[in-house]
Amino acid sequence: MRLHEYQSKEIFTEHHIPIPLGRLAATPEEAKLIAEELHGPVVLKAQVLVGGRGRAGGIRLVHSPDQAEEEAAKILGQRIRGVPVRRLLVEEAVNIQQEIYFGMTVDRARGETLVIASAEGGVNIEQVAQVSPEKIARVGVDPLLGLREFQARVLAAEIEIPRTLWRAFVAIALNLYAAYQDLDATLAEINPLVLSAEGRLVALDGKIIIDDNALFRHPTFFDKRDLSAEAPEEIEARKFGLSYVKMDGDIGCLVNGAGLAMATMDIIQSKGGAPANFLDIGGGANAEKVTAALRILLADPQVRAVLINIFGGITRCDEVAHGIRAALEEIETDLPFVIRLVGTNEAEGQRILADAKLETAATLSEAAHMAIRRAQAQEAPV
Amino acid sequence: MSILVNGETRLVVQGITGHEGSFHADAMLRYGTNIVAGVTPGKGGEWVLDGKVPVFDSVASAVEMTGADTSIIFVPARFAADAILEAADAGLDLIVCITEGIPVKEMLTVRYVIERHKACLLGPNTPGILSPPFTKVGIIPGGITCAGNVGVVSRSGTLTYEVVHALKLAGIGTSTCVGIGGDPIIGADFVEILSHFEGDSNTESVVLIGEIGGRDEERAADFIAEEMTKPVVGLIAGLAAPHDTRMGHAGAIIAGGVGTAAEKVAALEAAGVRMARSPEEVPGLVRGR
Repeated sequence: MRLHEYQSKEIFTEHHIPIPLGRLAATPEEAKLIAEELHGPVVLKAQVLVGGRGRAGGIRLVHSPDQAEEEAAKILGQRIRGVPVRRLLVEEAVNIQQEIYFGMTVDRARGETLVIASAEGGVNIEQVAQVSPEKIARVGVDPLLGLREFQARVLAAEIEIPRTLWRAFVAIALNLYAAYQDLDATLAEINPLVLSAEGRLVALDGKIIIDDNALFRHPTFFDKRDLSAEAPEEIEARKFGLSYVKMDGDIGCLVNGAGLAMATMDIIQSKGGAPANFLDIGGGANAEKVTAALRILLADPQVRAVLINIFGGITRCDEVAHGIRAALEEIETDLPFVIRLVGTNEAEGQRILADAKLETAATLSEAAHMAIRRAQAQEAPV
Repeated sequence: MSILVNGETRLVVQGITGHEGSFHADAMLRYGTNIVAGVTPGKGGEWVLDGKVPVFDSVASAVEMTGADTSIIFVPARFAADAILEAADAGLDLIVCITEGIPVKEMLTVRYVIERHKACLLGPNTPGILSPPFTKVGIIPGGITCAGNVGVVSRSGTLTYEVVHALKLAGIGTSTCVGIGGDPIIGADFVEILSHFEGDSNTESVVLIGEIGGRDEERAADFIAEEMTKPVVGLIAGLAAPHDTRMGHAGAIIAGGVGTAAEKVAALEAAGVRMARSPEEVPGLVRGR
């Protein structure tokens, strides 16, 4: 679960990490009021969970409360990459002398938490990492010891933070690590961590991602999940224990197991087709789950044919076949279906599908081939 | 022979009285696995599976009373990290964790401790390990493969089933089929399992099934190039997957531009691995050696 900037900053404050003065506004009038309180120039920042909001006009510097009201009205009305802006963070403008990157995440290749810092933070940090990896300082964290002061000092020295600020940097580093641990985060990031003209370190922007598997330990975050900022079909999928990712092709895929789902998409692509989505229905495939999956899949107007690929292991093919039939009785669709069922109780499953006059394929490549042909035969959607 | 599990394996099932645990313990017993004990805290003294298997309150007492040497874990995610640590503390050599959804932070600590105990952990989020014809420690359906000389190691579940099933239809059996798990932080990696296969007299060739995310396949490629004499056939899922997207299980994350399917295919090919583009191509490549 990804937190909004303002939520991340609330956590920073709880952990004594300095942030700019400011508050959340839901209306232009509130933005004006906050700007009056703060005196001087303020920055308006759209609170959306998509990247590139600065380039999309979601961040603006204004010089008076009236201008704050005017600009806030514009930002609050707009959509950033399809997501409506409902709230703004109104903050004092900081005199930026240097933008530092500081963050931590789980490095699966090394099997540990990696803490990363760079003197060249800001929006281009990924580019810096690619073009000049030597500008990224990193230390691995022993899970039993946690991040230690000396490690934070190593980072401070390596990215050439002035010695007078080492103590402040070490405190921020250890406090962010504490927040990362307490919240079961898989990512905690301050970018940029600004060195201000007044010689202070301030967290200008922050991003925290909490491990969904650990949310049971943080029940208060369930209420903080901002559903308006997520794709509705992905919310619906999560409700039924499905995992769905939309793509650009025209062949809807419904598969059990993530690896097999990806392999199915690969075969479609290698034969010249284009998958419309990734959809893993997981273990077990009762009628309710299959129905929910098909409903999500068919809501995508780009889909022109559906390929169902089920390898019945623990899941029994006859159960899946019943599930597909029940789903198709409930959902009205004219789209062509190609179904491949293999594994436990395969023959019985095939018979159920044949009775329902559904097209089946014996092998995966045959299924992919048929689905591509069926999709091509369909009229392009209006 | 086989790797890691065989007819001598003495298995303890953690979470044996739960829904999943009892269902799969029964299936393993019917396959021929030697289940010597179950563990459910608070239910010690009961007998389950038609009175064939005694239940203990702790792994340590199960080991003491039955000589169990391998554990399989079916307990719910929020208790599973503790279950792994308990098994390691009881001195078991092999721990297979089927449970999916363990918080990644807990696994960082677990992995660290497992290494200290020198235990082998498969998973979490693995379908387990199967050595046909008699030993199954996991949930891989027994009927989809038969005894043979091909070792299979994989990060996936149903994709593995697909491959071993295709092998069986082509008349090719497996020595051992190992799932190492699809989570970001797991116990044994490809290299560890490959080295077991390299040393197993009954394994003539190996099939490696990987997917996008992490660098485990790249490390496997280095090991294959430098250490392996046996031929390896590979399959990587995720060429058509979008970048930077979480694909169902946590294993399928591309972090910072590394671990794309194309990079993995290239690394394995450079190591002399013959790459299949689909599960159906695997039997032909295995035969082609």
